Amino acid sequence: MERIEFDYPEAKRRVTRKAHVGVVGSGDMEVLLEPSLGEGAHVFITTSVDGFRDAWKAVFDRFFSKFDGAVRIDINDAGATPGSVLLRLEQAVEVIEQ
Amino acid sequence: MSQTNIIPDFVMRRSFIELNGRARAQSLFDEGTWKELVGPFDRIESPWLPMQGIAPQSDDGCIVIKGKIGGSAAVAIAFEGAFQGGSVGEVSGAKMTAALDLATKDSESGRPTAAVLLLETGGVRLQEANLGLAAVAEVISSILALRQHAPVITIIAGTVGCFGGMSLAAGVSSYTIMTREARLGLNGPEVIEQESGIDEFDASDRALIWAIHGGEQRVGMGLADTLVEDDSEKIAAAVRSYIRAGVPIEHRSRQVKLYRDRIAALDTSQQIDPATLRHQWGNSTGGAR
Repeated sequence: MERIEFDYPEAKRRVTRKAHVGVVGSGDMEVLLEPSLGEGAHVFITTSVDGFRDAWKAVFDRFFSKFDGAVRIDINDAGATPGSVLLRLEQAVEVIEQ
Repeated sequence: MSQTNIIPDFVMRRSFIELNGRARAQSLFDEGTWKELVGPFDRIESPWLPMQGIAPQSDDGCIVIKGKIGGSAAVAIAFEGAFQGGSVGEVSGAKMTAALDLATKDSESGRPTAAVLLLETGGVRLQEANLGLAAVAEVISSILALRQHAPVITIIAGTVGCFGGMSLAAGVSSYTIMTREARLGLNGPEVIEQESGIDEFDASDRALIWAIHGGEQRVGMGLADTLVEDDSEKIAAAVRSYIRAGVPIEHRSRQVKLYRDRIAALDTSQQIDPATLRHQWGNSTGGAR
């Protein structure tokens, strides 16, 4: 199991809502998305698959190239593929912005 | 021919099995009356899973929702079958016990609160073995305390089914609702095969598994009360009708003599098949009444 953290200080837009999507089942993950307490966005990942820090970084770099909300994101991951990760993140964004 | 005749019911219905644990629990309540207790943002996670290299879940796979069903106070406790097989750990067990005990407390102070258990679970979480076993004992004693005041209704919809320690919880509940897809048993098929050999039980034989553990057989034998279709509205209606019915006159698990006599009367000189058992046991004197 590995814990990974990223910061995206440029994501400054205030958000007010929370979202919880997904399940920690095989090949899937859960996302908790809520307003960040401090400045910028913070990502905390707990994954049961070790050694994919670079892949996570690439997914979040892409996600934050479009999304600018100052959010705290917590992820519990049970082996979601990068594609599933991005879909879950977009689903969470849909919940807070609908 | 009108459109409703062309499109069969099973296309139009809203599946219950396809909902996750949280959505299943929410679907039972009167609109706008419910709230979740100790939800994912409270982050009460299992401390034991990360020590063993397993990612935890923010609600530990146990969803507790309080609200009104058919106008009466009720609490639903759902296990998410997709997380660790819906297993019962320290946290999920404590959430379930606390919810049942609060329902008992409310019921004793003149506000009867029914409990609905949505059990998609393989039983005790092996990574938290002793704590899980202790949790099952607590859950059962809490159900026994609550069921004197208000009905405890178990729903087993599938596809995980209800096995191990939590099958005992289903056994002591006031009413059990199952679908054809659901399974209920103390030992799961793979456990029986592993412990007693493939001659005893072939866990790859799906027809055999459902003939023994399946909802149709369990209801047919009187070990569960209602067989419903995989339809959210029908399941919610079944729950409402049991809440209206209240505490049964005699719980199934109190009918010790009846079931002892039935077991004593079985002819074990030859292999008993599921259909025979259903024929012998499937009369109106068994079950909750």
